[in-house]
Amino acid sequence: MQALTDGSRLMTEALVKAGADVFIGYPITPANLLYAYSKNRFKTFLAAPDEITTLQWMSGFSISGKLPVTATSFPGFALMLESINMAYMMELPMVIVLVQRLGPSTGTATCGAQGDLSLLSGMLSGGYSIPVIATSNAHDCWTLADKAIKTANRLRTPVILLTSKEEAMTQFSFDLDLLESIAPVERKFHTSEEPYIPYKRDDDEIPEFLPVSTNKHQVRITASTHNEKGILEGITPAALKNTLKINEKIEKNLASYLFYELDEHPHAETLLVSWGVTANATREAAMELRKNGTPVSFFLPKTLLPLADVYAEILNRYKKIVFAEENHPGQLKKLIYGFKTPSHVHAVNKIGQMIDPQEIIEEVKKHG
Amino acid sequence: MDNQFIISETLPFCKGCGHATVSKSTEKALQKLELNPTDVILVTDIGCHGIIDKAFATHTVHGLHGRSVALGSGISAGLNNPDKKVIVFVGDGGATIGMQHLIDASHNGFNMTVVIHNNMLYGMTGGQPSEFTPEGFKTPTLPEGAQHPGYDICSLATQAGASYVRRITAIGDISEELAEAFSRKGFSLLEIMEICPSYGVKSNPGLKLKQLVKDAGIEIKIYVDKEQKAFQTQEMSNTPELLTPKLNIEKKFEAKLEKPIRMFLSGSAGEGVQSAAELFIRAGMKSGLHVTKKGSYPVTVGVGFSASHLILSPDEILYSGSPQPDVMIVTSADGLKFARKQIEKLSEDKILFIDESLEKPETKAQLISMPLRKEAGARNAMIFALFHYLQKEEFMPMETLKEVFGESKISGNKKLKELVESSF
Repeated sequence: MQALTDGSRLMTEALVKAGADVFIGYPITPANLLYAYSKNRFKTFLAAPDEITTLQWMSGFSISGKLPVTATSFPGFALMLESINMAYMMELPMVIVLVQRLGPSTGTATCGAQGDLSLLSGMLSGGYSIPVIATSNAHDCWTLADKAIKTANRLRTPVILLTSKEEAMTQFSFDLDLLESIAPVERKFHTSEEPYIPYKRDDDEIPEFLPVSTNKHQVRITASTHNEKGILEGITPAALKNTLKINEKIEKNLASYLFYELDEHPHAETLLVSWGVTANATREAAMELRKNGTPVSFFLPKTLLPLADVYAEILNRYKKIVFAEENHPGQLKKLIYGFKTPSHVHAVNKIGQMIDPQEIIEEVKKHG
Repeated sequence: MDNQFIISETLPFCKGCGHATVSKSTEKALQKLELNPTDVILVTDIGCHGIIDKAFATHTVHGLHGRSVALGSGISAGLNNPDKKVIVFVGDGGATIGMQHLIDASHNGFNMTVVIHNNMLYGMTGGQPSEFTPEGFKTPTLPEGAQHPGYDICSLATQAGASYVRRITAIGDISEELAEAFSRKGFSLLEIMEICPSYGVKSNPGLKLKQLVKDAGIEIKIYVDKEQKAFQTQEMSNTPELLTPKLNIEKKFEAKLEKPIRMFLSGSAGEGVQSAAELFIRAGMKSGLHVTKKGSYPVTVGVGFSASHLILSPDEILYSGSPQPDVMIVTSADGLKFARKQIEKLSEDKILFIDESLEKPETKAQLISMPLRKEAGARNAMIFALFHYLQKEEFMPMETLKEVFGESKISGNKKLKELVESSF
């Protein structure tokens, strides 16, 4: 079934089908379509007066046993930061769709960008990671929205679904029959008669969840450094251990939410790397290069945080690497290589406009 | 029924602190109301008052400074159950930071009670003044005394629509007053005047709470006790799916296109550029083409330019940008201003349609000037131009565009409909 659609529509429907039951948001361009679709699609929709309230209400709904979603862009996301740290520390499942636009500050609301990855990589005080999963095409908008909900629920954590203006707003023809069906998330709460210990972890370091709607057990939820009982107790060994366990949970379970595409050419010495909105241009560049006799491979990481070991293994196989990202410093490149880019790594960077496949092709040719 | 709400033998407050009075009276009030500890959710935040939660047997949620009211609002709306009692403890510092949350919760009528522990300064950080510090009241960092009266949160909450608002002093047993606030439906607020034994007393020697309150003109009274509409979370069932057969655009015609066409349409906001662009790509889909439509516009909705980048292709489209359009259509001065740089880059094999009222820009492209605005009106100039373009290029049947146009709202414009029928 061919439909004229957009990424926001696909994401919203997938989020609802996956079991998200409340959308709370404050409108901001270019996340407005997600807000508009959610208004009539989610079981519950709340218009919050600002983005701090949005995240606090979402946390409240999560504490009550619901799976909340919001959609925003950098200016709103910046206001949410402290509260996202809170939700991370409280270990509350929720999904935040971050639709990137050109910054810094209010920048240009109607211009796309891939400018927020560096922020996301350092958004938690302490340098820990929240799962960040980035869409790169229509199909991702569907499947990764589903995975974001499932990951948030299973890992008891906020998850960032990273996208951008063109992915969320550009209309395109798409065969809806290509979409796999999505099963609603299965929510498992503490059912034992044993007293509930809010941050006691299983073998995967994931604590059982119990909403405050229960009257069987006491539930304690805490943002400050706390022990497994949820008691605020400063830098005791038990409390510090719990803090580290939250991070361990995110890293240990990475395989369950690790998404990437790798299209390797048997004779390629050059690897094209891209993510998000630039991935399609990079894929097109790879196809054209191959057609014209230049064998290249194409790597598209979709789980951007935490970075997986397998990414390093892939990158290390190539003599020449070209990153393409719609930001000036090359944020994924910097995340991988730090402040000093190795000489075999090149980049196509741009702001204010989508990167053209020809620009990537030229960069590849420039380096032989 | 287990009615012990405080499970700690000692409370974590300085000697003489009003916070202890509030906590003990809260337990008594909840006992009076015969509530179960697990039917109560105590939400606290940062500040001396907030460290009480570990002493309570209720559910406890300890959040961010100043955000406990918003967090409590979310819990209340999430539970959507008036039998559960959400109680928020916040200090005057937290109430200052989260003032909007207080107004908002009063306005929405969330089922909850906020207890403001107003000791007129920030106790945990060394005694800085808050916006609640009364005129003349001294603190360690404000030895000259506050220059302005503090906020009257009770008046503000009342104005915003709270059901029950009262100010009392933390002297003696205040469980009756707390029980009254806890028992009200919707949003209730109790502001409790206290004096910080560490900083307030030392900075204002000899000052008694009752006298201070009287001198500052702070009224101890019930501001409102009137049932207002309480917040109820709407839960819709069977909401309409977003991907339905209605979206299906069936192929009915055959396009004659061997490679992608990239188009750049540029006009003014409010002149139907985006809707004309959408009609054109719908026609493309009806002809079996793959399409994309990327919008460009300023942040304002009704003024300035409005542009649309279209791709129509016989093959799947990956990259949806269009740095080198094959055709540009410009219908207004705003559109020309926005598109000018792109026009300058057009090569000889490209086409530029432009309204005849506009200046002719320098271009190598084949320039076609037409009275688009004059003939079809400003609002329909773009769709009219697209008809002309298709007539010239013929890469899909004219019938396709006519059919899509006929199904659209703009065909309701009789004059335009006649113009399309007579011209194409």
